[in-house]
Amino acid sequence: MKNRYDVIVVGGGPAGSMAALKAAEGGASVCIMEKDRDIGYPVRCGEAIGELGLKQFVDIRPNWIAATITEFRLISPNGTKIDTEFSGQKGFILHRRIFDYDLCTMAADAGADVFTKAYVNGLIIENDIVCGIKVNHLGDQKNIYSKIVIAADGLESRVGRWAGLRTQIRMKDMESCMQYTVANVPLKENRIDFYVGQEYAPGGYLWVFPKGPTTANIGMGISGAYSKDVNPKKLLDKFMEKNYPDVSILTSMCGGVPCAKPMKDAVRNGVILVGDAGHQVNPMTGGGIVSAMKGGSIGGTVAAESIKKSDYSKSFLDKYNSILKKDFGDTHNRFYKIKEVISALTDDDLDGIAKKVSKIPEGDRTLTQIFKACVMKKPSLIFDVVKVFAGV
Amino acid sequence: MIYIHPDKCDFCGTCVAVCPVDCIDLKEASIDIRNDICIDCDLCVQICPIDVLEGRYEKQI
Repeated sequence: MKNRYDVIVVGGGPAGSMAALKAAEGGASVCIMEKDRDIGYPVRCGEAIGELGLKQFVDIRPNWIAATITEFRLISPNGTKIDTEFSGQKGFILHRRIFDYDLCTMAADAGADVFTKAYVNGLIIENDIVCGIKVNHLGDQKNIYSKIVIAADGLESRVGRWAGLRTQIRMKDMESCMQYTVANVPLKENRIDFYVGQEYAPGGYLWVFPKGPTTANIGMGISGAYSKDVNPKKLLDKFMEKNYPDVSILTSMCGGVPCAKPMKDAVRNGVILVGDAGHQVNPMTGGGIVSAMKGGSIGGTVAAESIKKSDYSKSFLDKYNSILKKDFGDTHNRFYKIKEVISALTDDDLDGIAKKVSKIPEGDRTLTQIFKACVMKKPSLIFDVVKVFAGV
Repeated sequence: MIYIHPDKCDFCGTCVAVCPVDCIDLKEASIDIRNDICIDCDLCVQICPIDVLEGRYEKQI
C-alpha cells in the first residue's frame, strides 16, 4: 500500500469498482479500500437488474446471470394475481458474488490497487479539506493521503458524515429488509413475483426472484415507519412457513435499502459520494445496482478530470451533482413522489385495483390500461398522479 | 443505553445509517455502540431487521 494516491475509493461494491475503473482509465492513481475480506461477499441484495440498464456499462457475461426474467406477477393482499409480460426488455437475476468480483477485477486491471480487510475509520481533514483517510489494514493503522476520496461505503456512509454531509436516512425512507436464498423451491424460472399489502410487507413489498430451476431469493422490506411494531424476519418466516414450507435456506441475510429522495449535494471539498452512500437507489422499487454503477462512473470520471486540472475544489466537483441530477436525479425525485402515493393505498385499494386489472386480457395489460383501472377504482389517484408528473 | 446481542447480529449496517449521532462502529464482523454519545433515541432498535439491539433506557421512551 502506497501512502499517497490521487483517488481513494472506500468500498468495493459496484459503485466503488466503477468509480475506480473510470478514475484509473482517466489517468489517476487509484486504490479501493474494502472493509470485508472478500469482494462481492456477503451479498445484501435481491440481485435483480434490467438488461438495458446493465449493458450501458459493461458487456454482459453469461456467468453473471442466474436467471433471465420475461414476466412478473403481482399478488394483492387478498391473493388476486396479475401476470404481465415485460415488453421491450428482459431482466436478470444476477450472481452478485461473481458480478461484483468481476467489476472489481476490471478496475484492478485498469490499474487500481485493491485492498481487502481495510477498514477506513476516519478522514484526514486539513483546513476543511479532506486530504486522505485513516485505515486499519490487517491490524495496522495507517494514514493514506489523496486528492479525492470517493465514498462508496454503502448505506452507512460514515465517510460522508465525517466529511460533513448529511447522509443519515430518515426512518420512513429506510426499508428494513430480510432475505433468504433458498433451494428446493417450486417456481417458474422466468418470472418474478411481488406480494403487496400490510400483511406481507407494510410500506414495502415481498419478492420471489428465481436464481435457477429450484433456487430463489425470497425476501422482503418494510418501511422504517412500521418497523417499531413489526420485524421483517418474523414476517418473512411467517410467509415461508405458509407458502414454501419445504425449502432449505442456503443463505440468510438482512440489510437496509435507502429509499430516499436523491441528495441535492453529494460533494464536499475532496469527497464524492456514490451508490447507496449517496442514496442512489430508485426510491419506488428499491433497485440500486444500475444507479450505483452510474453514480460510480460519473464520480470516477469527474474525479479523474479534477486530478488532470489540479482543481479539487467544491465548485469543480459540483459538476458531479449537476450531471447526476440530469441523468437520474430528476427521475428518482418523481419516483419518490409516486412511492408516497402508493404507500397511501390501503389493502382494500390494492385489492380493488388488482380485481379491475385482472379483468383486462393479459396481452392488453399496458401501463395505460392498468392506470385506467386504478383510476376507476380510486378516482382521487388521478390528482396524485397528475401532481407527480406535473412536478408539484 | 443500547445492548447488542452479538450472536444474532448480521453486521448489515442498517442501524448505522439511521443513527442521528454516528455512535455505532461496524467492521466486518464486529459492532460496537458508543453509549457515551448515544442519545437513547431508539431508532437503531426499531430499524434492525432481526431484533439484535435492545434499548435499556432509564427513562421509558
